[in-house]
Amino acid sequence: MEDDLPEAISLFAWMAWTQPTALFFVGIGTIILIMTVYEIKRPCAQRKGFLPIATTRGDRLFISLLTSAFLHLIVLGATDWSIWIALAISTFLLLITLRWG
Amino acid sequence: MTKLRNNKAWWLVLPMFVLVAFSAIIPLMTVVNYSVQDIFDQNTAYFVGVEWYQEVLRDTRLHDSLIRQFIFSFSVLVIEIPLGILIALLMPKTPNWKTSLVLILLALPLLIPWNVVGTIWQVFARGDIGLFGWAVNALGIDYNYTSNSLDAWLTVLLMDVWHWTPLVALLCYSGLRAIPNAYYQAAQIDRASRWAVFRYIQLPRLKSVLVIAVLLRFMDSFMIYTEPFVLTGGGPGNATTFLSQSLTQMAVGQFDLGPAAAFSLIYFLIVLLVSWLFFTTLTYEREDTAQYKAVQHNEGGS
Repeated sequence: MEDDLPEAISLFAWMAWTQPTALFFVGIGTIILIMTVYEIKRPCAQRKGFLPIATTRGDRLFISLLTSAFLHLIVLGATDWSIWIALAISTFLLLITLRWG
Repeated sequence: MTKLRNNKAWWLVLPMFVLVAFSAIIPLMTVVNYSVQDIFDQNTAYFVGVEWYQEVLRDTRLHDSLIRQFIFSFSVLVIEIPLGILIALLMPKTPNWKTSLVLILLALPLLIPWNVVGTIWQVFARGDIGLFGWAVNALGIDYNYTSNSLDAWLTVLLMDVWHWTPLVALLCYSGLRAIPNAYYQAAQIDRASRWAVFRYIQLPRLKSVLVIAVLLRFMDSFMIYTEPFVLTGGGPGNATTFLSQSLTQMAVGQFDLGPAAAFSLIYFLIVLLVSWLFFTTLTYEREDTAQYKAVQHNEGGS
């Protein structure tokens, strides 16, 4: 199968890529890219929202991603819910935290 | 302060970015890829989704390891940080030959490789030929770290305190040396007590080095492997089996690369969360304090 792949891709074949993980990293990369462009176009200032500390936009993104990771782990470890429920709640929390955090 | 635009110095970060990409990000991506697959060999892998995460998160042996790990890391911090500060405070303010001697003696445990530290304590704590074990037994205390869980725990903890408190002490000493004499003179004029000097001059001034000390000691102790592995081998039973040893057993011993990868990522997230919490709590200044400082700074400048 590896022989069919273009050379540039087979160079990374040892990393054992799968489609879901590739999409996951593309998603994270896109978020970081959008936030970087947004920061260059409209630099943010530290402010205090509902989180207990004053945060910048990047801080809020970091807090949201870390919360999402742990939310996924809780859903996987303590419930029988689908992973998509965790993803939906995480996306909702991400937007809320970025806007009002 | 206005923000600098078109700052070309950012390009200088590029080599470091490439270095970090190769040493951390690409391996981390590979671990993520492994964690959702059943890996048999380099060319045979089956996608299993989140199965390994569910398995690892519901494994009671790993829960026990995690609890042990937290108890160990917090015990390390509770003992090593105050002890390191105390040692640094006891050292003379003006350097002389005695200070140099103490500094060398303090630095010695830091120079010993981790597996050698384990071996030293393995012999040192033995009841029959080890000085420490023999002395404790001679005091009438029944001490045997190979059969008693509590003894094994205390020995691993004592070994870590012996090995790493010097690092905290050296960091704190360098922090104390950086405090200008004018502060102590002002405290003397105000007839401040020894405690007041520590509480209002030394401790606030030590904050930045203490952040480094707490983070380093937490991360290192949370990842401890070699020393307890050599000293107790994780025993008696599983009494001193910490997370990294469970992980090694899974990845290298049983060659369960998928579950081990899922476990590594959970481990990484816990270290990231706790380190971030420590860092934020220790460095965070309440807005009013920051504003007060800014006003003071502006008044001083004008």
